[in-house]
Amino acid sequence: MKKLLTIAAAAGLALAATTLGASAADKLKVGFIYLGPIGDYGWSYQHEAARQSMMKALGDKVESTYLENVNEGPDAERAIEQLVRAGNKLVFTTSFGFMDATVKVAKRHPNVLFEHATGFKRAANLSTYSGRFYEGRYIQGVIAAKMSKTGVLGYVGSFPIPEVVSGINATILGAQSVNPNIKVKIIWANTWFDPGKEADAAKALADQGCDVLMQHTDSPAAMQIAEQRHIFAFGQDSDMIKFGPHAQLTSIVDNWAPYYIERAKAAIDGTWKSQDVWGGLKSNLVVMAPYTNMPADVKALAEKTEAAIKDGSLHPFKCPVIAQDGSTVPCKGGTHLDDGQILSMNFYVKGIDEKFPGK
Amino acid sequence: MPLVLERRQERSAAIAVISPLLAIALTFATMAVVFAAIGKNPLYALYVYFVEPLTDGYTLSELVVKATPLVMIGVGLALCYIANVWNIGAEGQFTIGAVAGSWIAVATNGTNAGHWVLPAMLAAGTVAGALYAMIPAICKVRFGASEILTSLMLVYVADFFMDYLVRGPWRDPHGMNFPTTADFDPVATVPTLFDGSRVHAGSIAALIVVMLAAVILGRTIKGFEIRLVGAAPRAARFAGFNANQLVVFTFAISGALAGLAGIIEVAGPIGHLQPGISPGYGFTAIIVAFLGRLNPVGVLIAGLFLALTFIGGESAQIALKVPLDLTKVIQGILLFYVLACDSLIVYRVRFIAPQPRAATGSA
Repeated sequence: MKKLLTIAAAAGLALAATTLGASAADKLKVGFIYLGPIGDYGWSYQHEAARQSMMKALGDKVESTYLENVNEGPDAERAIEQLVRAGNKLVFTTSFGFMDATVKVAKRHPNVLFEHATGFKRAANLSTYSGRFYEGRYIQGVIAAKMSKTGVLGYVGSFPIPEVVSGINATILGAQSVNPNIKVKIIWANTWFDPGKEADAAKALADQGCDVLMQHTDSPAAMQIAEQRHIFAFGQDSDMIKFGPHAQLTSIVDNWAPYYIERAKAAIDGTWKSQDVWGGLKSNLVVMAPYTNMPADVKALAEKTEAAIKDGSLHPFKCPVIAQDGSTVPCKGGTHLDDGQILSMNFYVKGIDEKFPGK
Repeated sequence: MPLVLERRQERSAAIAVISPLLAIALTFATMAVVFAAIGKNPLYALYVYFVEPLTDGYTLSELVVKATPLVMIGVGLALCYIANVWNIGAEGQFTIGAVAGSWIAVATNGTNAGHWVLPAMLAAGTVAGALYAMIPAICKVRFGASEILTSLMLVYVADFFMDYLVRGPWRDPHGMNFPTTADFDPVATVPTLFDGSRVHAGSIAALIVVMLAAVILGRTIKGFEIRLVGAAPRAARFAGFNANQLVVFTFAISGALAGLAGIIEVAGPIGHLQPGISPGYGFTAIIVAFLGRLNPVGVLIAGLFLALTFIGGESAQIALKVPLDLTKVIQGILLFYVLACDSLIVYRVRFIAPQPRAATGSA
């Protein structure tokens, strides 16, 4: 028995050595850390889809691996470090909660390049990137106000962080441009991915008379509830039409692939530089899924709104923006709020009756 | 030739030692089949899972970091389970310990508090964990409530209590509304032992806990009481031991250890209080306790082994491109075999030769 074990161990060692040796040849190794499972059909699913597109586009110039379901707690730092130690030279950490862990590992490995999604801490070897999802939210607000009969929208939130809050505000501002008296009910699921909780929140909103649902959580649960209840909903992160063939109006699709391809190429060419990218509809990082289940006039209005945001003639946070308490928000961007104000948004706009969490 | 399980006259001491090793061997064998079935070289896969992490200083240090809370909780649970007391709620006691200790860290955050902060936090976490664990214990001895249910349900109470705190009164005012407290001050942080690794003083505390528990169990009256109440409750009553007091005592001890593990984890590798501080440590520690044969030193080994499955699981995701779910499958298979092999301690397998039918048929 002991001899057998020794042979087995030796065989394993030999195999390991050959495998490692073969993969070391000149390919750029790219690592990804996902918050959820790759099958969430939302946030992590889109990042994984983009990784696969990158693999297809760059062929044998790259090799990639991912770790899914990585907890934003103490495990994150080890997971990132493990990717680096496995030889990855470009690492994408795809959730805000990985920020401090990414910063720590990046500091230890100055010759490895890091890309952190939705964060704000950068270094010479650490870039940040994100999408202007609020642009898509504004369009959704316009559509929702047109489609709602009850005049009450339902919103499943994850955490009251600026990104989610700016999404809610953009939705309401878009909706108010159609119906100034639109109402919204918000339920915080307090999770990014928990289909059970998300579904419960969606059901509660539907029970309270909301007839258009939107969500800032990662699974298609809310879409499925909307389909069951014969009301409308917007998808999140990916095109969720197969979960709501009669319910989905459109979906904000995160289109990371072009960015991943571009950054991997830059890393291969040696032109990679630390940067902060915040792309929207215009740069194609945020894409609207086809406008479905709506009359032609609503679809035309949605397309018009999308075009206006793209050409810059419409900014979702155009001044004046009135806060919930009636005060006018300082207009730091000239004709609209500036990026800093959007990135740190922690107030509701006028027209939202809910209390801002923690205030 | 039918197989029967036959009760042994005595527990088999030899099998008690072999059983966990047999379980691990069977797990390896089963995993080899699973790896082969999904088209991975089974030898290489087992190497990546169970050997590679041991060949590198960094992964070894992470192994210790991961095993520390598992061992600390597992030792406490082992004391409970030996006495036939079923604390399933260590996860909740872990959380409450983390919350109680964090209270001091949050209250002193940004002040020039001295070096008393960390000891006070550790003490608060330990005491809170013990008190929280005594709720199901007292419910059991006073009202006869099943401690399995009450201790498990209190896990969710603890989770939501922490949720409330980090989303409400304790939320970091500069944290962009994320549900987390501010980072703890240096005086409220468990120091690391080496530069460049996350191994912290808590690991030494875990070792001390293992040694103390081994001494208490093996060499003190209390340890004798725990073992006797578990093995022969009637005899223990005649010996004058009070089983109810022991329920409260073992719950308090295991709660204290879980609470201590909680505050160490929060003040150590995490550095602030946030939801998701535990990836199920309190539940995984139940596996650790049984895999370690409810023996403190065994728990230490089992804790390290289970940590190895986590770290190896990550290596395997990277090197073999297998899903995370496979790690959970491994842990499940392991627990299954541990329990199955344990039945061999009390039972023996016998083959029964078929009786000739003719003898009865002739009448």
